[in-house]
Amino acid sequence: MAKKINLIIDGIPVTVDEGTTILHAAKQLNIHIPTLCYHDDLCVAGNCRVCVVEMKGARTLPASCAMPVAEGMEIMTNTIKVRTARKHIIELLLSEHNAQCTTCYKNGNCELQSLAAEYKISEPTFIDLVPLKNYQIDAFSPSIIKDDSKCIRCQRCVRTCEELQHVSALGVAYKGDKMKISTFFENPMFEVVCTNCGQCVNRCPTGALVERNYIDEVWDAIYNPDKHVVVQTAPAVRVALGEDLGVPTGEIVTGKMVSALRRLGFDSVLDTDFTADLTIMEEGFELLGRLKKVLVDKDSSVKLPMTTSCSPGWIKFIEHTYPEYLDNVSSCKSPQQMFGALAKTYYAQKRNVDPAKIVSVSIMPCTAKKFEADRPEMRSSGFKDVDYVLTTRELAVMIKQAGIDFGALPESRYDSFMGESSGAAVIFGATGGVMEAALRTAYEVVTGREVPFDGLNITPVRGMEGVREASIKIEQTQGDWKFLEGAVLKTVVAHGLTNAKKVMDAVRAGKGDWHFIEIMACPGGCLGGGGQPIPTSAEIRQKRADAIYREDAGKTIRKSHENPEIVSIYQEFLHEPNSHKSHELLHTHYKERQRY
Amino acid sequence: MPNNFLRRVDLIFDEDCNLKDVLKSTYQRSNDDIINELLESGLKGRGGAGFPTALKWKFTSEQPDADKYIVCNADEGEPGTFKDREILFKVPFKVFGGMAICAKVIGAKEGFLYLRGEYRFLLPELENQLKVFHSALNDLGINFTIKIVMGSGAYICGEESALFESMEGDRGEPRNKPPYPTVSGFRKKPTVINNVETLVYSFMIFRYGARKFKELGTADSRGSKVFSISGDTPKPGIYELELGMTVEQFVEEFGDGDTKAVQVGGASGFCVPRKKFKDTIIGFEGVPTGGSMMLFNSSRSMYNVLKNYLEFFEEESCGQCTPCRVGCQQLKLGIEAVKKGERHAVYLDQLQKLAQTMKITAKCGLGQSVANSFFSIVENFKEEMIY
Ligand SMILES: Cc1cc2nc3c(=O)[nH]c(=O)nc-3n(C[C@H](O)[C@H](O)[C@H](O)COP(=O)(O)O)c2cc1C
Ligand code: SF4
Ligand code: SF4
Ligand code: SF4
Ligand code: SF4
Ligand code: FES
Repeated sequence: MAKKINLIIDGIPVTVDEGTTILHAAKQLNIHIPTLCYHDDLCVAGNCRVCVVEMKGARTLPASCAMPVAEGMEIMTNTIKVRTARKHIIELLLSEHNAQCTTCYKNGNCELQSLAAEYKISEPTFIDLVPLKNYQIDAFSPSIIKDDSKCIRCQRCVRTCEELQHVSALGVAYKGDKMKISTFFENPMFEVVCTNCGQCVNRCPTGALVERNYIDEVWDAIYNPDKHVVVQTAPAVRVALGEDLGVPTGEIVTGKMVSALRRLGFDSVLDTDFTADLTIMEEGFELLGRLKKVLVDKDSSVKLPMTTSCSPGWIKFIEHTYPEYLDNVSSCKSPQQMFGALAKTYYAQKRNVDPAKIVSVSIMPCTAKKFEADRPEMRSSGFKDVDYVLTTRELAVMIKQAGIDFGALPESRYDSFMGESSGAAVIFGATGGVMEAALRTAYEVVTGREVPFDGLNITPVRGMEGVREASIKIEQTQGDWKFLEGAVLKTVVAHGLTNAKKVMDAVRAGKGDWHFIEIMACPGGCLGGGGQPIPTSAEIRQKRADAIYREDAGKTIRKSHENPEIVSIYQEFLHEPNSHKSHELLHTHYKERQRY
Repeated sequence: MPNNFLRRVDLIFDEDCNLKDVLKSTYQRSNDDIINELLESGLKGRGGAGFPTALKWKFTSEQPDADKYIVCNADEGEPGTFKDREILFKVPFKVFGGMAICAKVIGAKEGFLYLRGEYRFLLPELENQLKVFHSALNDLGINFTIKIVMGSGAYICGEESALFESMEGDRGEPRNKPPYPTVSGFRKKPTVINNVETLVYSFMIFRYGARKFKELGTADSRGSKVFSISGDTPKPGIYELELGMTVEQFVEEFGDGDTKAVQVGGASGFCVPRKKFKDTIIGFEGVPTGGSMMLFNSSRSMYNVLKNYLEFFEEESCGQCTPCRVGCQQLKLGIEAVKKGERHAVYLDQLQKLAQTMKITAKCGLGQSVANSFFSIVENFKEEMIY
């Protein structure tokens, strides 16, 4: 047990574990200390200095986020010295900041703005530095816009990209007055190793890193009477959207979200969960097929372990970092892109709509999906399969713009077809979910029995541990799958690209003998995606995950292959998993990208 | 008036000592004994902060880690300082010797000398001297090696934690403290980091004994110190002087008869105006200095002097923390605006308040010490700032 430390904050004695910072000790007393560079998910930087406090006996004001408690310490968080210093620091930040809040995308959800409001910063005290700086806006990427004039140099983005993602696309360049956040050779984000995951966007306290939004484009499509606008919603959106609309964290808002989308004017409100189920069919059979080719046919051109392919951040990461393993990536497109390809083919035919008139919109927890939708590989319907990708946050903005009282909305159901889903699709939103969903189906295909886990809950692949391994013994096989009799299927799950790197390095070193690897670029999986409501923290991710597993448990259909709409699409359109038609529409292959 | 205090000393450059003899006799002593002798000498760090050297060694020796390091800080970037260069040029073996003694006390097998990028020309000879040193250690059966690491030319890399970052291949940005280097330094291991001069004095204390050192100086500032003297002086250069003199005594010796101010301690130090020469002691009881002494005569504009310093800080700040990165820019632009009449003279009061905030909130010594020259110049030469 940790040693206990006694200290006094604002006259109140408190006892905390050794190693606790003053910031956290104060929190235990419900004393709020403002912060900017601090973030729960990241190592402590201590560079903004707004969290300074007064410490008895000290010459300087320590940064409370970086200062560990000590026995007998006396801290004052609200003295004239502290207040003056914090006000100065905020004023300094504003003096180098292009503070045009009224036209800023983060207006209303900006930590700098709130702090300025809290400290009632009015007349600028100091000289405006903005005209002296050669601030640049990088708006080349389809996913992310970087505006240096809104940057407070807190380095949250740098730490995110390095610690959580091991990408280090963003770094600090120059020093002194020229110090800035930059990419390799100051190239646009679009041209560097950035995976578009948006984790930095999710942690940026200001408007310096934001998603490229397509709100107006989507409104235009909705208002255009010639267009048939189809919307799909990713599994993780429904467990987080409420956070931006006044609903408590961890509450699922599927029914209200569907009502809201209808009210916004979408012609058809459908579910990415449907194609998540479809992904499981395609990817599950692909895995079984690969096992057969490797184990029975001894086909050396077929690669194992197979990795998942539904996270576009992960795809770009492997293209840059482990291109020699691209053949190990499942050829399945992500559920978003499967949906897009079907919207302008299967859906168009069945609904008798001209695919040229369909505008396909997706609501995603993700900024990388914007980039994915723009990829040249994603036009197999003959059109751009997905026209616009909106993040969860952008959808919340649209709902507010439409004057909808979200909390008061009735619940409603998705349109059919391509609106039905199983519990297996729901859990796609959490790390380990794809693995669990795939195992539920694959095991049953091979053995004719349900996975041997209580209530179909494959708990070893659940949780927030960065890398989790699980194996499952296959017995009493049937039919074509007899070759798997007695085999132990070994799997591993990783989330956050730093953890993905651990797994891939093990594979490269010949240390992991896994068959199937699930990787999600974002911490926690899609529920912690870069497009999710801000803030996101470990605690919030956990609440969203709990919601996901609650939803799964409550579903009558829990397995992808039992989704009746899945059964029909194979009967009517695709014939069987990995069929010729499937390959045409639902599968693809990725190519190596340079690291620099 | 006879200048009866200013005493030249010859410890640092004194050649009358044998590396092997000093190491041999010192290595026979117990660590406690060595620390006590160093403690008795009263030696304080010569790199600027003036931390008692014995305590630094003691704290590091008490850490349980197997790997520990001794790092010699030879980044010497403070404007107007060039004494470490002279020491490394003339008596590098004493620096190495000091490191070897420290290594014994703390239990380090490896030492590093972080050499200022601009001093690359010293490298070949230092490497030669290192070879001689390592073979001497070999003869004595001492298991300790020193490597030289080249700095990148940034002033901030002289700050100890930024120096470690730089040595580890990262951007030279100061770390949060605590933990201090004695607990977590190079490679996050307990590390003693000392200035070049500190290490030489440590070595000389074991050559001559703490007594001889302690006899020099004052209660707060024991011993002597090497000064880099520059500016409006007929005799610029390197001088080893006993600590405890007043600025007046110093100016009598080194001034050109028209000295109006002395900047003690470089850009991050204090400006002493003529009216305070008499009462200001050079040392920890008055104005401390890492060694830089710059004299200004009445032909100099103190506005320009301050502006130069601020330009230096504006550029040399690592840029990570708000008070320093933005504060330096504001101070510089602020005095310019007042001088040009774009802002009223009362804006100087605002700037002083800002400098005060920088002093207490900046993350490292650089941002914290900008206020030193800012206050001492603005307060003492206000008219020059305005007109
Ligand atoms: C901005 C900055 C620059 C510094 N540069 C140097 C330097 O060049 N040389 C040096 O010895 N100490 C420098 N220091 C002080 C070191 O951080 C450290 O205190 C010193 O090396 C400790 O050695 P000492 O105890 O022997 O004085 C600098 C400090 C700051 C804040
Ligand atoms: S980043 Fe924040 S403070 Fe800056 S303009 Fe945008 S909303 Fe305003
Ligand atoms: S989007 Fe992801 S990969 Fe790109 S810079 Fe941000 S954190 Fe790094
Ligand atoms: S881009 Fe955002 S997160 Fe990165 S340093 Fe600037 S303000 Fe901080
Ligand atoms: S005070 Fe200046 S040099 Fe030191 S950490 Fe802050 S910005 Fe960097
Ligand atoms: S929040 Fe503590 S220094 Fe930024």
